[in-house]
Amino acid sequence: MQLTEELEALRASVRDFAREVVAPVIAGHYEQHTFPYEIVRQMGKMGLFGLPFPEEYGGMGGDYLALGVALEELARVDSSVAITLEAAVSLGAMPIYRYGTAEQKQRWLPALVSGEALAGFGLTEPGFGSDAGGTQTRAVLDGDEWVINGSKAFITNSGTDITSLVTVTALTGPDEISAIVVPSGTPGFEVGPGYSKVGWCASDTHPLHLDDVRVPAANLLGQRGRGFAQFLHTLDEGRIAIAALATGLAQGCVDESVAYAKERRAFGRAIGDFQAISFKLADMRTRAHTARLAWHDAAARLVAGQDFKQYAAMAKLHASEIAVTNAREATQIHGGYGFMNEYPVARFWRDAKVLEIGEGTSEIQRMVIARDMGL
Amino acid sequence: MKIVVLVKHVPEPTAAWRFADDLTLDRSAVEGRLSQLDEYAVEQAVRLGEAGVPVEITCLTMGPAPAADALRKALAMGGDRGVHVLDDALPGSDVLATSLVLAKAVQRIGFDLVVCGMASTDAEMSVVPAMVADRLGVPQASNAAELGTDGTTLTVRRETDSATEEIAVTLPAVVSVTDQSGEPRYPAFKAIMAARKKPVQTWSLADLGIDAADVGLAASATVVEDTQPRPPRAAGTVIVDDGDAAGRLAEYLATASFL
Repeated sequence: MQLTEELEALRASVRDFAREVVAPVIAGHYEQHTFPYEIVRQMGKMGLFGLPFPEEYGGMGGDYLALGVALEELARVDSSVAITLEAAVSLGAMPIYRYGTAEQKQRWLPALVSGEALAGFGLTEPGFGSDAGGTQTRAVLDGDEWVINGSKAFITNSGTDITSLVTVTALTGPDEISAIVVPSGTPGFEVGPGYSKVGWCASDTHPLHLDDVRVPAANLLGQRGRGFAQFLHTLDEGRIAIAALATGLAQGCVDESVAYAKERRAFGRAIGDFQAISFKLADMRTRAHTARLAWHDAAARLVAGQDFKQYAAMAKLHASEIAVTNAREATQIHGGYGFMNEYPVARFWRDAKVLEIGEGTSEIQRMVIARDMGL
Repeated sequence: MKIVVLVKHVPEPTAAWRFADDLTLDRSAVEGRLSQLDEYAVEQAVRLGEAGVPVEITCLTMGPAPAADALRKALAMGGDRGVHVLDDALPGSDVLATSLVLAKAVQRIGFDLVVCGMASTDAEMSVVPAMVADRLGVPQASNAAELGTDGTTLTVRRETDSATEEIAVTLPAVVSVTDQSGEPRYPAFKAIMAARKKPVQTWSLADLGIDAADVGLAASATVVEDTQPRPPRAAGTVIVDDGDAAGRLAEYLATASFL
């Protein structure tokens, strides 16, 4: 599948940005576990946070193909900035765009679309992940205010200096899940200390605690009781973005390993001259290519308004699993250097695993795909 | 104010380059891009407009068909329109022939200011700006780190090893800008989409009234006799301080004629 000239130009623009702006400084952020505010500011300036949103909110008028292209090119260099963008767009801003009222969109979207603010999506709880219907957080209407109590876990972009809100899912009645916008700084809304993560070390992830948090009744996002259906759709779209991100990581493993295999010498020749290495590289490239085809196809179906859910699940499943495989092989090709954090492939290896977990585990993807076959 | 920015489509600097049998660069064998040094030129032209002087920016390139990609990038960065000089007689043109074609095209476009990068990232000769200025019969200011204009005069800050100079040039003029002039923007998707709708004209040598015999490899004054890959970098001299490092450093610098 060929992308349009415009998307190829976007790819070139983001590739240059990733190489010139992200690559030189990201290892330091990763090591220090600091959030790369300056990179995020520049990503905002080049419109990345507005890619799939219409111009009336300051967006770029693109779609999920454009977002995926940008994510893939960022993740070729670094996954922390890629997941920051992915979560900000797919999980943070998109639910507001899809389900928000005109007032909610006017109030929240422009800053999110420009990248000046980030939003989180509070779905997962300490005791409930894949089984998202088991949400324990409760919201009770008291006059014209929601009173929310509960905890959320692993919420991306929820605790940066520029986080403006987190959309949380909560029980608003028996078997009734709704989504409610909780602005940062609301009394009782406590952002816990950032996690110490194996990978994605320059991205922002926190546990959240809501203790009698009061927000206006008008902060309900979408229909009361439709929260479950809304986030399922949100996650379906997000899977395409994660698949693109995983493809980028897999391709980054190819880029780094090919360059290394041409330079590194052993037994009197470049290690790339040995089939043990060159065949690994051929397989790695093939995996990245097939993952790319899969996410392109899922995104094209979404953009065309066709059923895409099962294709998004297949793309996410395949891309995340081959990303783990490519990262393992890239580390192996780099030998001892591959185990050193300063080498990009070491970061790739640490960053890959969570792709099989976040935004729907591989097991959940298989359930979605199997159900589509009537199983 | 009419600004013409000279932009070149060059082989990706990080790629492996190949040379054809006539020792010209095989441009089809390697991915190309808008020369990074020319991106600074586009950026400066756009910033002059953003600083308040109304500008109309024409990006001009001479090169084979894929050079249109470099024009599109320059337009996505903020150029208003493009001109592509494309002719089968052009390949192999050296700087004399190139400057002839570019100067004719600049004249045909009409200009108050021509902005160039400090060099191309492939041949790196850095002489095209001066040659174009000479052919146009206008002053040139080279290696500018900062530009300013009121529409009739161009002010230029030049940074050299020994001094920082501030000079003023009466327009029309040619200026080349350095990679210290300000980081070029990364085009946003909206700008990329908008660039697709900006006009790009393709001109032949006949359109410019240039005889094909005056350009191309055969007409070039310079001849490439041989090409060699850059030799691997030799290991440097390491001076370990055993208490006499200062003396040995001074000795090294003196031997290398730096002192």
